[in-house]
Amino acid sequence: MTITLKVNGHDHQIDADPDTPLLYVLRDDIRLNGAKFGCGLGQCGACTVIVDGKAVLSCVTPVLLLDGKQVTTIEGLGTIDAPAPIQRAFMEEQAAQCGYCIAGMMMRAQALLQRNSKPTDEQIRAELEPNLCRCGTHMRILRAVHRAAQLMDTAELSPSLEGSVQ
Amino acid sequence: MTRTRIIASAVAALLIGGGAAAFAVAWRPAIAAIEPPAPKSFDPALVKRGRDLAALGNCTDCHTVRGGKTFAGGLPVPTPFGTIYSSNITPDADTGIGTWSQAAFRRAMRSGINREGQHLYPTFPYDHFTNVTDEDDDALYAYLMTRPAVHAPTPANQLSFPLDQRFVVAGWKLLFLRRGTYAPDSAQTAEWNRGAYLVEGLAHCGSCHTPRNALGAERAGASFAGGDVDNWNAYAINARSPSPVPWDTAALFSYLRQGWHPDHGVARGPMAEVVSNLSSVDERDVHAIATYMTSVFGAPTPDQMRRGNEVLAKAKAPAVPASQTEVPGASIYAAACATCHETGRPVPYGGVNLGLSTAISGPDPRNVANIVLSGIRPVEGERSPIMPGFANSMTNDQVAAVLNYLRSRFSNQPAWTGVEKTIEEARRTQTVSLQTSPPPHNAPADPTQRDKP
Repeated sequence: MTITLKVNGHDHQIDADPDTPLLYVLRDDIRLNGAKFGCGLGQCGACTVIVDGKAVLSCVTPVLLLDGKQVTTIEGLGTIDAPAPIQRAFMEEQAAQCGYCIAGMMMRAQALLQRNSKPTDEQIRAELEPNLCRCGTHMRILRAVHRAAQLMDTAELSPSLEGSVQ
Repeated sequence: MTRTRIIASAVAALLIGGGAAAFAVAWRPAIAAIEPPAPKSFDPALVKRGRDLAALGNCTDCHTVRGGKTFAGGLPVPTPFGTIYSSNITPDADTGIGTWSQAAFRRAMRSGINREGQHLYPTFPYDHFTNVTDEDDDALYAYLMTRPAVHAPTPANQLSFPLDQRFVVAGWKLLFLRRGTYAPDSAQTAEWNRGAYLVEGLAHCGSCHTPRNALGAERAGASFAGGDVDNWNAYAINARSPSPVPWDTAALFSYLRQGWHPDHGVARGPMAEVVSNLSSVDERDVHAIATYMTSVFGAPTPDQMRRGNEVLAKAKAPAVPASQTEVPGASIYAAACATCHETGRPVPYGGVNLGLSTAISGPDPRNVANIVLSGIRPVEGERSPIMPGFANSMTNDQVAAVLNYLRSRFSNQPAWTGVEKTIEEARRTQTVSLQTSPPPHNAPADPTQRDKP
């Protein structure tokens, strides 16, 4: 059946079974490879995307649940030239080692920061609990989320855009 | 003497007599305060025994706020009569039990009276603890008095008049408190008696698993018939158990010891902390509990046996879930649930086949709604099952569709009523618990530290 999916502000006509996981549609049909396939069972968090402002595990979310909802993936946050605050923060803190979990980490952190602009260490830890990092860069990820909160709070723009406002 | 004066005298005599009787029932003396005893004054072996008893009694669960200091109390316990806060049972002299003598501690356990002589509310389950022996109370005392003292005043209870007057509790005790330590049944084995002593006493299983009457006491004649706790259904654990596969001693032992069983699934909700504590005590005690509870469940009827064998056979050879888009909830189940629950991977790493789920055969949909919305979080420091929550990806209507589908496909029970309302309630309480509590600490972070006093 044909489904209209709103991803990063664009409508996509998708031909898929209603029980197809959102992750497969994002990666195979729309060619957005930011969300990763980790376990396929909703247990690692690598596939996390944002749906209507909330972090969702796309590998266990069938597309039939997404009617009329807005999906945001890591590609929808910023670009290589103009990274979003959360992306800048992760780069500046060098929070990625292998990087496989990082897109999911950033999406869940982004959802947290959208509803709580100044999370405590404990709140970040609790929020990111479903996301696993096997390299063990957790302390850097924590710092990066705090840095992202600061960047968003001070409305600092990405380096490439800073010149244009000064 | 005129008639009026005779009546007046009689009324006065009655009032004085009645007042004196009420005073005699309600009044208890204070027990003299002591200097907090030095931790070194307790025998380490006694402290160790007290530690295991405290785990059997699940004391931390009520006497610790999530993320707070152990035994410092302050947990709000909602009751139909108002909110009662658990007390600080660390040896702090000002806000805990630091000035309590052993005699004062025994009296609190046995009769629900604090050191000052005030009646304690029966949210502290002294209706069970009255069964505990003096020797066990002394071990518990030794354990608690050697914990770090925490200064944490207990918040004032939120009760309306007259329930905020503690002497009222004396009347409750007259009606419902049966004093006396556990009397062994000579017709039963020593192990059965040990189990009964623990279940009816310190482990206070009936506090959650027995329904309560209008005055908040466990209903006589309905022991273990199922109760309510924290928006969860505490299942009936007698002959009325909704478990699709009948329980036996081996299954109970393994479930209580490790927190899950392949034919029954995992213990979550308020039971999670119970099994976490039971995983750390002498396994003979857990086996004794299992032995006693098997007799409480009673031998399964031939019908229950047949049903149990049926669902086990089905679970072992799960059908490949077909895309049934015409049935509401079926395709959500196929995509979001069956990937774990019908792969045949063993519990706890794969989801239990839902035909075996007690929650889905249970009397109301609260427990399934809680699990679907919030998922199952890993237990810190332990290998344990996890399940993602679906609160963010499903609307209430979609969760309702799944729950109704699960009920019709995996149980032989009639459809639930009020599913939508239950889901709304579960979502509301989930939001509250996420806001007020850091992640649950169900177990010591380092399991190797467990047997240390």
